[in-house]
Amino acid sequence: MGIIDNINKLFDHRIRLGIMSILVVNEDVNFNRLKELLGVTDGNLASHLKALEQADYIKIEKSFINRKPNTVYSCTKLGRDEFKLHIEALEKIINK
Amino acid sequence: MDEKNYLKDISEIKNLMNQSSRFISLSGLSGIFAGAYALLGAAIAYIYIFPAQQQYVTLHSRDFKMLLLLLALVAILSIVTAVILTTRTAKKNNEKIWDGTSRRLLINFLVPLLTGGAYILIKLNSQHYGLTAALMLIFYGLALVNASKYTIGNVKYLGYAQIILGLICAAMPGYGLWFWALGFGVLHIIYGSLMYFQENKT
Repeated sequence: MGIIDNINKLFDHRIRLGIMSILVVNEDVNFNRLKELLGVTDGNLASHLKALEQADYIKIEKSFINRKPNTVYSCTKLGRDEFKLHIEALEKIINK
Repeated sequence: MDEKNYLKDISEIKNLMNQSSRFISLSGLSGIFAGAYALLGAAIAYIYIFPAQQQYVTLHSRDFKMLLLLLALVAILSIVTAVILTTRTAKKNNEKIWDGTSRRLLINFLVPLLTGGAYILIKLNSQHYGLTAALMLIFYGLALVNASKYTIGNVKYLGYAQIILGLICAAMPGYGLWFWALGFGVLHIIYGSLMYFQENKT
C-alpha cells in the first residue's frame, strides 16, 4: 500500500485532472476558456466541474458581464492540497 | 492504470499548465526588428542631434524635442512590428492574440515599464536627464523579468542583461547613448536571433 493511498480517485480522469491543472496555475478561469483549453463539449465539461465542486475542490462564481452570464471557476485550498498529493503520488509511482 | 499512463498524465498536466498561463507566440523576429530600429535611431541621434564637444542638451531646445520624437518613433515602430508579427505567429500556433494569458502578460510588462517611464518624465521636468538611458534600461529590464513568468523562452535573461547594463550605465555618466544602443539595439538583435533560430528549429 502506501503510495497508492494518495492516488485520488476523483483525479483519475483525464478531464478532471485537466481542469485542476489549469485552475491551480490561474486565479480564475471561465467556462469557455476551460472548454477551449480542454477541447471538450459543454455537457461533458459541466458534469466534471460538478463532480469537482461537490467534493469542494473548486468553487464557482456566477456573474454577468454586459448582461451575459459569466461563470468563473477557481480552485479551493482543499482542491490545491489534494492535487498536490495526487501529483506527488504519481511522481512516486513513476520513480519507483 | 500502468506507469505509461501516469507519465502521459504528467506531461498533459504540464502542457495544460503552460498553455493556460503562458503566452507562447512572441516572435523572435520582432526582437530583431526592434533592435534594428533602436540602432538606427541611436545612429541618427549621434550624427544629427547630439551636440558636439560635450555640450549639454537643454530641456526646451529643438534638439531635445527631436530626441524625444526620435525615441517615440523607435518605440512606435517596434510596437507595431511586434504586434503584427506576434499576431501572425499566434495564428500559426492557433493561439488567441487577446485572451486572459496575453492580457496578463501585457499588464505585468506594463506596470514596471510605465512606472519607469513616468519617473523618467518627472526627472526630466526637473532637469535631471543624466540618468535617462540608465533608467530606461533598468525599468525595461525589470518589466521583462516581471513579464517572463507569463511567456516561454528566456525573456528573463534578456531582462537581467538589460538591468545589469543599466546599472553599469548609471555608474559611467556620459556614455548613455552608447549603453542605450547596446541594450535596446544589440541585445535585442542577439536575443531576437536566438529566439528566431529556436522557433524555426522546432
